[in-house]
Amino acid sequence: MAKLGKIKWKHYINYIAIAIVTIVFGAMSFANLLPSSTVYLLEKIAISIILAVSLSMVVGFLGELSLGHAGFMCVGAYLGGKVSCLLEPVFGNGLITLIISILVGGLIAAACGIIIGLPALRLKGDYLAIVTLAFGEIVRSIFMNSGEESFGGSLGLSTPRYDKSVLFIFAFVLVLGCLAVVQNLIRSKHGRAITSIRDNEIAAHATGINVTKYKLSVFTISSLFAGIAGVLYSFSNFRVQSTNFDYNYSIEILVMVVLGGMGSINGSIVAATLITYLDTTLQTVLTGNLAVLQDLFYALILIILVVYNNAPALSAFRATHNLSVFFEKLRKHDPAHRRDDEAKWDRVPTKIEMNEILSVDIQSTSSTVDPDKKEGK
Amino acid sequence: MSEIILKTENLGITFGGLKAVSDVNIEIRKKQLYGLVGPNGAGKTTIFNMLTGVYRPTTGRFFLDGEDLTGKGQEVINHKGIARTFQNIRLFNNMTVIHNVMVGLHNQSEYKCSFLETILRLPRYFKTEKAMRQKAKELLRIFGLEEERNNLACNLPYGKQRKLEIARALATNPKLLLLDEPAAGMNPNETADLVETIKFIRDNFDMTILLIEHDMKFVAGLCDEITVLNFGTVLAQGDTKTALNDPAVVKAYIGG
Repeated sequence: MAKLGKIKWKHYINYIAIAIVTIVFGAMSFANLLPSSTVYLLEKIAISIILAVSLSMVVGFLGELSLGHAGFMCVGAYLGGKVSCLLEPVFGNGLITLIISILVGGLIAAACGIIIGLPALRLKGDYLAIVTLAFGEIVRSIFMNSGEESFGGSLGLSTPRYDKSVLFIFAFVLVLGCLAVVQNLIRSKHGRAITSIRDNEIAAHATGINVTKYKLSVFTISSLFAGIAGVLYSFSNFRVQSTNFDYNYSIEILVMVVLGGMGSINGSIVAATLITYLDTTLQTVLTGNLAVLQDLFYALILIILVVYNNAPALSAFRATHNLSVFFEKLRKHDPAHRRDDEAKWDRVPTKIEMNEILSVDIQSTSSTVDPDKKEGK
Repeated sequence: MSEIILKTENLGITFGGLKAVSDVNIEIRKKQLYGLVGPNGAGKTTIFNMLTGVYRPTTGRFFLDGEDLTGKGQEVINHKGIARTFQNIRLFNNMTVIHNVMVGLHNQSEYKCSFLETILRLPRYFKTEKAMRQKAKELLRIFGLEEERNNLACNLPYGKQRKLEIARALATNPKLLLLDEPAAGMNPNETADLVETIKFIRDNFDMTILLIEHDMKFVAGLCDEITVLNFGTVLAQGDTKTALNDPAVVKAYIGG
């Protein structure tokens, strides 16, 4: 128990949660207890988490709006898929092919990130959004119009089939890797530099932060993971089709980040899981004539989620029933209790929290006034 | 006389056809408190922006400790040793007080830690984080902000936000500190406190300070030497008392 106070458990809770999910479902999958549709759903969730976490680095921490995430994903999907097609006859469809194609897909997407980022990151706000949006569409139409020999053109590219369980576990290992990279980077001096650019770019310049370097690094790392997610996507569907990567998909990823709360990694994870589950469930529940309602319901549920996500009652509930409160309670029992410097660092506080901070101030001043009053009596 | 820290030679800038600042020659010596005074639109902040690399001067040059820094980028100039605060406070509002100062420490050589070391959480990461936190706490203690170190910067009262901005600038370990209207919007108590803080910084950090201010009492009580600007040109320069009593200065301020 003495050690509990030293380790910042709430920083590792997301790793632990994802690791447990991986182990439980992985074991079930190997024992053939899971229907393949569930495995497919879990893979999609893993892909969404990687996408959302990597985009949240750009949108939530760097404060730049990028709408081209699906474009980087598309690059990764096609190139990773192509590489694995080429490698399959040599290495078979085992782990080696999988790892090499992931690496190639990810790195080429990262290279695209650098090429696009260098000129585009000079732009701000809406302009950057438009450029990245255009990039996504250009990439998509390039692959759409590619020859059948190279990337399959409008028919798409078929990729080798991997063992479902292996792919599933591999996907979640990549989720953990992505999470580790993003989280470790954000909770460091580099992360502080990145967040300072979001908060006040002019002041960041004046404080000696190399703004261009950080913007480009964040953009590159984010596109690296988008590429990796793209490769996973191509393997999970056995097929890459350029129509899947339209700007709607970029916006869907952005919705995950926004819904999860800008600058909250755990929020992005939860929102990615929720939205992917919602999307897939609607597709399976509403079939036949009701299929036309899928988009309608999806949009409706999204609106409700976004509107009520910040409802006062829900925010108040979250303020009292969150993990930091839980660990704070655990720590109070701990004699080696020390004050945590890192508190409230990994996300922007909500309005409710700020109100709370303010109200605490008022209370403390009023309590210092009270003794005087008593003396007066 | 001690060595010259900052020297400008005919510094000037034009925006299109407008001469915003022309022929400014300033010499600031080590540990001096130097004031830059003038009516609105005189070009004081423009000079700051040139000295920190926001604008590139169209004419003239400036030297920090003998080194020509004209036309260098903002980051480079900051590394070389010019730090500034802003007229309208620019803190990293959604970061905690201590993290604001730690961003200031970012570039110092003793806190180097590469991306890879950070991502892999190698021992160096923990060492630098601890050292940075320690150093930031020391700085905050000097400014009386240690208690608030885990609060968000935007929740600090105005006077403390000013102090935090100065602390952040000092964290970059500058040779010359530029303060852009540090007393703007402060009440008399806060201003008196600020005067003490500035004197304290000069004495304890061996700091040279160049400040812009409108409050004449503040300038007269604090600065050793001043330069008075009007419409981008120097009206008077030198010892604070004499410069402020210069007929041209009185005319510019009071009219007549």
